[in-house]
Amino acid sequence: MVNYRVMPNEKPDEILSILAADARTTPERIADLTGSPVDVVVAAIIDYEKRGVIKRYKTIIDWEKTGQERMFAFIDVKVQPARDVGFDNVAKRIYRFPEVQSVWLVSGGSDLRVVVHGGNIRELGRFVAEKLATIDGVIATDTHFLLRRYKEDNDIFVDLEDDERLVVTP
Amino acid sequence: MKEEKKTTPPLAKLARELAPSGIRRFFDIAASMQDVISLGVGEPDFVTPWAVREAAIYSLERGQTTYTSNYGLIELRKLISEHLQERYSVNYRPDDEILVTVGVSEGMDLAMRTILDPGDEVLVPEPCYVSYKPCVTLAGGIAVGIATSAENDFCVSASQLQAASTSKTKAILLGFPSNPTGATMPRAALEEIVKLAVASNWFIISDEIYDRLSYDEMHNCVSSIPGAFERTILLNGFSKAYAMTGWRLGYVCAPEAILTPMMRIHSYTMLCAPITSQKGAIEALRSCESAVQDMISQYNRRRKFIVAGLNKIGLQCHLPKGAFYAFPSIASTGLTCEEFAERLLFEEHVAVVPGTAFGMGGENHIRCSYATSLEKIETALIRMGRFVERLSGKSLVEQSR
Repeated sequence: MVNYRVMPNEKPDEILSILAADARTTPERIADLTGSPVDVVVAAIIDYEKRGVIKRYKTIIDWEKTGQERMFAFIDVKVQPARDVGFDNVAKRIYRFPEVQSVWLVSGGSDLRVVVHGGNIRELGRFVAEKLATIDGVIATDTHFLLRRYKEDNDIFVDLEDDERLVVTP
Repeated sequence: MKEEKKTTPPLAKLARELAPSGIRRFFDIAASMQDVISLGVGEPDFVTPWAVREAAIYSLERGQTTYTSNYGLIELRKLISEHLQERYSVNYRPDDEILVTVGVSEGMDLAMRTILDPGDEVLVPEPCYVSYKPCVTLAGGIAVGIATSAENDFCVSASQLQAASTSKTKAILLGFPSNPTGATMPRAALEEIVKLAVASNWFIISDEIYDRLSYDEMHNCVSSIPGAFERTILLNGFSKAYAMTGWRLGYVCAPEAILTPMMRIHSYTMLCAPITSQKGAIEALRSCESAVQDMISQYNRRRKFIVAGLNKIGLQCHLPKGAFYAFPSIASTGLTCEEFAERLLFEEHVAVVPGTAFGMGGENHIRCSYATSLEKIETALIRMGRFVERLSGKSLVEQSR
């Protein structure tokens, strides 16, 4: 059976979806894209910011192209949960390190999935061995170094092909 | 010995007299230029959703490279039937009321060949897609153009159709949402047209290839209008909604009595649509609704953006309700639409298509496709603004004073 929403076309939050794709989109541009008045757009954005719906605006950088060496590792961490707080205490101790970019509680063979960045493999290895693995409650770690980024947060990091359509078609 | 003069027999009169499309000339010029931003493209800038491409690759890997039934794969016809039932509450039997074709283009050709005898007339509201009238002519019919205008949002009325009809009128050809105007037809107007078609005993051929690109309200499927079903040949396909233009896959829906002879012509001239495309289309209908929604949502933003931009630079443009074309008036510039398009291309390297390429009612208009990235639309608008400003001989700032 084909599944349709009967009325198509309007997403619940056009403004958020435009900003999620490009945080630099100006309110004037959003107004043109949505057909809403600029002041309505501005008020909506302020409201989103106040309510923490919009947490902050970030830039996606392909660090490889800057020539700087930045290593990333995905670390699966097995944790001994503690009474009352479950995994929270260990997660908190991990996410406070500035090297740690993300921490998620996940289902499956391990409990926490951690993303860590550092200047090189040595730095990252030291961080895992000396900081992460030694936290009370951490039973085991399994480290995966990032080798190549193909796609992240909907952005494709390899060069795409040009528009090959004919210039004018009926 | 006398040298024999080498000659060939004359080509068919129809072929000799078939005029080239008005778009062709602009394509040739634009294709030879560098740095052209094209608002002249009548196809999506999105690539077919990966799930569809992957399904087609998989079918090739499995060696599915055979003919299919003349009608098309039954699995695909069942999905098309469900799709139409779900969206428009119209009920076409997969077994003998749906025919999978090589694009809507083949469906249009089949429709004309099936219903027309020499000299039969077909009423064609214009501006319209460039192949409508030639398809009528090639089938031996006479295309009778009816000009629509911006004042009526490029919609056609029953009274206009009635006024243009004669005793030889056999059918009306509707193409809404419209390429090139982006117009859609209100349900009430369609009901009047269907009443007229029933009273006059005409066929209705309805090309609804842009049905999914109806932005402000649900598309009105002509077959769903009371009285229309038995005389309507519904044409649709996968090109626009699923960004599958190059796959060449469409379908025709009509009551069995009309569809069977269409299928016979198709079986002799095309045999069947390519199986790989059919396999891809099955996947499109099964799993690509969210990809379609994403594309619609991006077209919708660009639509509002380009229309706001065109109006800002002084080219009056109504908000089109469907398809992916804006059809602004360039009357304020004092140029004809051909002059405008040609000078814009040479002076600012922006390709648009003059409205007259689409027939009557297209005068003083240009077709701007927004099936291109927002960045390109923005650059095109800057260049067009510069061009219009030069034409008017004074800056917009001065004009607003």
